Amino acid sequence: MAEAVRMAEETARAAGCERVLRLKLRVGTLSGAVPEALRFAWDVVSCDTLAADALLEIETVPAACWCATCQSEFACLDLVNECPQCRGWSGELRRGRELDIATVELE
Amino acid sequence: MCKECGCGLGGGAVKVGGHSHDHGQGQQHHGDPGRAHPSLTLNLNRSLMEKNDRLAERNRGFFRAKKLLVLNVVSAPGSGKTTFIRETVVRLAGQLRVGVIVGDLATDNDAARLRSAGIPVVQITTGTVCHLDADMVSKAAAQLDLDQLDVLVIENVGNLVCPADYDLGEDLRVVLLATTEGEDKPLKYPPLFHSADVVVVTKSDLAAAAGFNREPTLANLKRVSHHAQVFELSARTGDGMPAWLDFLVRRRGASPGS
Repeated sequence: MAEAVRMAEETARAAGCERVLRLKLRVGTLSGAVPEALRFAWDVVSCDTLAADALLEIETVPAACWCATCQSEFACLDLVNECPQCRGWSGELRRGRELDIATVELE
Repeated sequence: MCKECGCGLGGGAVKVGGHSHDHGQGQQHHGDPGRAHPSLTLNLNRSLMEKNDRLAERNRGFFRAKKLLVLNVVSAPGSGKTTFIRETVVRLAGQLRVGVIVGDLATDNDAARLRSAGIPVVQITTGTVCHLDADMVSKAAAQLDLDQLDVLVIENVGNLVCPADYDLGEDLRVVLLATTEGEDKPLKYPPLFHSADVVVVTKSDLAAAAGFNREPTLANLKRVSHHAQVFELSARTGDGMPAWLDFLVRRRGASPGS
């Protein structure tokens, strides 16, 4: 989260803005990051920065796996998964590992 | 700070060798609260890991130019990383020259163990940080005479969670699993085992005493990291070490930089 604050401040300065009003994160369900922990960390690391009073929004991205045999995606809860159609195993994640800054709102 | 567990929030300094490097401090805000500005929304769509990933790629290019084979050795605390690395380096003497970077939260005991075997070592003391990152490795590598080395081994902090997401610029991620650990470890910590290029089952001399269930362990490994090459060995007795050493010699010979 220290990196999120650094990127938000860097973006604000580059745009000639003085404050970060809102920051939206995109977090995959298999990213390993826990939204509650991110919020807790955000409050600590944003203190005394341009993002001190910013609102943190977290968009959760459900994980999806690709089955090469069925040529289809299926929702999953793990890194390696059994395809619900053909029962074959696949570790080809299409979504769910995201830990991205989506948008920042500046003033 | 680590995205997984929030470690390093205390702002503790990371020490490389004898020097300390403070993390950047937040800047004070002196904006005028009375002034009204229209707000501006920007789409960034940037990964929080991009800085580490970029530095890791820089390390990788630098290490390739130096013709180094670089290993990132990761395991739970106590799986036998230091003994495994020491025996690997000692047994490769005369074939490959190996330097080691060691990461630990505190103490330089592991570095001292390796140094006493005559191995070039740099210790990174991470303070409150539970993993190594590409920047720490780059600073530590600068303290080794890389031109005199063929292989660089990075002993990561003992942790099966956070190091999974931090690329250090290695050629091979080597994950250790001791026979004294449960056979379901790969299922409990899938991201790290999934990211392994090589899995080494260590302490094979203790397998019988520890009641090691070999077949289920290997089946679980296969499920989570089907692509990883698996070695079973005991660094203490040397049993199984030749196959691992032979693999390293062949990999070093075939690495793109050499």
